[in-house]
Amino acid sequence: MQRSRPVGDVLLHVDDISLSFGGVQALSGVSFDIRRHEIRAIIGPNGAGKSSMLNVINGFYHPQQGTITFMGQTRKQMRPHEAAAQGIARTFQNIALFRGMSTLDNIMTGRLLKMRRGLFLQALRLGPADREEIEHRAAVERIIDFLEIQSIRKVPVGRLPYGLQKRVELGRALAAEPTLLLLDEPMAGMNVEEKEDMCRFILDVNDEFGTTIVLIEHDMGVVMDLSDRVLVLDYGRKIADGAPDAVRQDRRVIDAYLGVSH
Amino acid sequence: MASDANQGIGERLTEAGFRPASANTFPKLLRFQARTRPDRAASREKIYGIWQSWTWKEVADNVRDLACGLHVLGVKRGDKVAIVGDNRPRLYWTFVALQALGGVPVPVYQDSIAEEMRFVFDHAEVRFAVAEDQEQVDKLIEIRARCPRLEHVVYEDPRGLRHYDHAQLSAYEQVQERGRAFAAANPAFFDAEVDTGKGGDVAVMLYTSGTTGQPKGCMLSFDNLIVTAENAARFDKVTAADEVLAYLPMAWVGDHVYSFAEGYVAGFCVACPESGATVLNDLRELGPTYFFAPPRIFENLLTTVMIRMEDAGALKRRMFKFFVAVARRSGSRIMDKKPVPLLDRVLYRLGDLLVYGPLKNTLGFSRVRLCYTAGEAIGPDMFEFYRSLGLNMKQLYGMTEASVFIAMQPDGEVKRDTVGKPAPGVEIRIADGGEVLFKSPGVFQEYFKNPQATAETKTPDGWVHTGDAGYFDQDGQLKIIDRAKDVGKLKDGALFAPKYIENKLKFFPYIREAVAFGDGRDHVCAFINIDMQAVGDWAERRNIPYGSYQELAAQPEVYALIKSNLEEVNRDLAHDPHMTSSQIARFLILPKELDADDGELTRTRKVRRRFIGERYGILVDALFSDRNEEELKMEIRFEDGRVGSLSGRVRIENAARFPVPGEGAGPQRLKAA
Repeated sequence: MQRSRPVGDVLLHVDDISLSFGGVQALSGVSFDIRRHEIRAIIGPNGAGKSSMLNVINGFYHPQQGTITFMGQTRKQMRPHEAAAQGIARTFQNIALFRGMSTLDNIMTGRLLKMRRGLFLQALRLGPADREEIEHRAAVERIIDFLEIQSIRKVPVGRLPYGLQKRVELGRALAAEPTLLLLDEPMAGMNVEEKEDMCRFILDVNDEFGTTIVLIEHDMGVVMDLSDRVLVLDYGRKIADGAPDAVRQDRRVIDAYLGVSH
Repeated sequence: MASDANQGIGERLTEAGFRPASANTFPKLLRFQARTRPDRAASREKIYGIWQSWTWKEVADNVRDLACGLHVLGVKRGDKVAIVGDNRPRLYWTFVALQALGGVPVPVYQDSIAEEMRFVFDHAEVRFAVAEDQEQVDKLIEIRARCPRLEHVVYEDPRGLRHYDHAQLSAYEQVQERGRAFAAANPAFFDAEVDTGKGGDVAVMLYTSGTTGQPKGCMLSFDNLIVTAENAARFDKVTAADEVLAYLPMAWVGDHVYSFAEGYVAGFCVACPESGATVLNDLRELGPTYFFAPPRIFENLLTTVMIRMEDAGALKRRMFKFFVAVARRSGSRIMDKKPVPLLDRVLYRLGDLLVYGPLKNTLGFSRVRLCYTAGEAIGPDMFEFYRSLGLNMKQLYGMTEASVFIAMQPDGEVKRDTVGKPAPGVEIRIADGGEVLFKSPGVFQEYFKNPQATAETKTPDGWVHTGDAGYFDQDGQLKIIDRAKDVGKLKDGALFAPKYIENKLKFFPYIREAVAFGDGRDHVCAFINIDMQAVGDWAERRNIPYGSYQELAAQPEVYALIKSNLEEVNRDLAHDPHMTSSQIARFLILPKELDADDGELTRTRKVRRRFIGERYGILVDALFSDRNEEELKMEIRFEDGRVGSLSGRVRIENAARFPVPGEGAGPQRLKAA
């Protein structure tokens, strides 16, 4: 299938990042780039530093060394909310939703950064705030339609099965209209059908909105099907980077996954 | 034309009072509705969480643009065009747009797999298709290689289809856009095309699944559909103020008549659910006034309520229990305007305020003034439950070949086990073997390319074989008892309808399966399979020990329990002169559960009566003898494929039979059992 937006120039450049927690070296000297509109997978055995890498990108962890250049701006340190304001959204390995709130309200929280009116106007539902709310609700409804979750619009998220919660979380990330979307194991714990649905949504998000996507995933079939380029980490180091087919053949990758006798 | 014009439309209306006689096709009816009630809502659909409506005028414009667009695309008079998708206003409009051009719409079940679709496309010689979304388009692309006649597909929802090859694919809105341009250049075209249509033309082709063999394409004319819909609408006093939710498959005749034909005739608004999964929500938001569902839907609704009730607080639960008991006692009597004690009347009012009203609101039935169930037998408890809440639930009997309506229950004459009186304009005859035949304005034209099947179903003088056996009861209501080919005769000549008896037995929670025997015999006997769960619970509560199904089935207490159920059925059968001979004389409880793995049931859990009769031949012989016990030894197959054997003694018991009430011993004297 051809795509509506071809992979473009470099959107995010990660240069020589090292991160350690006390004596544990989580990442050491990792460099790679992410291009506009591409789907980029990060794989690796458990503890390879994949989630740490995402946390560095969205400003949750501060690396001891290295720089990140996002949309031409180089930075050494950033807070998560600054990353969000710049257009980076993410989902979490362990679902982080407001369980007592409805699907609709959860996704609405993703619009938070887009709200311009103050608390006072919003609380009183005064003219401009009301208009703004309607605007945001319309955006949220488009996401609900896109993810085909109309039937759970008003259901508290805590009552939903796992696969749907994951979908709601994706919806909330999309509500921020991100330039870069980070997905941390979007398909963990799903059955085959739920995985297929999620794959289709990821492809559709990329295609319809042109969102650049970075995903961590363990299911190799999914990774090979979805991604344009794959980055492989092992013990905090980059051991391979390239097209899925090339990575699959790479000796070091095979060793990392299967273990090798030294 | 008559000169005494009324309603300001310059032409006399037909007897039913809905339309001028000249509006004899759906495109003409649309023109009529757009003129008489241009600003009333005709279609509704929820888009991005908000209900959107289209008025009759807007629908007429949309249909005109679409029709012109389809004309530009190459649709010719007589072309068959498939419509595939969930209920969507745009797909309903497609019917009328096609009919305006003289094309024949062929709705296809949206959940059919590609191979089933291929058969219909191939058989119907489909040239064009209008599909809902990517899912359906993918299926059509899959079959296109083997359906060379299929030229072009129009899709409604463009999502995910942007990168498909559009040589043989167009978006619905694009087609309409091209149509708009064409209509602007040829302003007289559309109306002239509509005027060409005649009432006798084929309006739609509906494929009937048919239990055996390939599906048959049943062709219905405008006259069939419009006259039938008009009769039904008048029968139930349907008006333009009614509102329905269209959620049943578009390829099913029930939906076609109820949410399309009746809507165009009476001018009411048809809403489409947001998606299949939101139907219950949408029902509540819309509050339709007229509702049609197979028993299974009512069953699901009731289960949802009961489960939610279990989670409710103690006070609410007690209140619910109390008022449901009041309703069961008096609800349907109040609705049928029969005498009810004053206290119950007051309690019922109170219950309506506290329980029934809120409950109906939750179910989306607050405004329902009329609801039908059809298709299969409905459980007596469920039927009574809904009616006792004040819902005017009725039954009807119909089929595709009749444009639905054959028999319907009039208000105030509702019975649980009949399907009503002949619908307006319908004649019903019972053939010698008990088969129901009918003649009506809705009788189908023919099966497409299948003259043999047409001749087998429709006699030269217009009677149609339904394949169902039935009879009229004392009140002149039709009762359907079984498939005609399964109905036999007892020695005294009385009808023997095994499924009818079995269904009656299976409505008891303790009876899981039943097999009735009696063809060519003196009386009826039955095999019973108890419901392990229900009877097991029952036994535990009474401290009756058992280790296995076989042991439980042989308990004398269990025999007594089942016997009391059987006798209740017998008492009920005694009320019906046609069925009183079918009272069950003797029965036994089978020592093993009937199982599809042993070939005793079909995979859809229907009993294979003949096979069971052969396999348990000794037991059948024992039933019709006067022995009280029989030794059984047989092979059984376990789930893992191993073969084992089962042996034991099976007890046989007699059940009491009852005389026809009020007639003493009655015409057919019964031996006291």
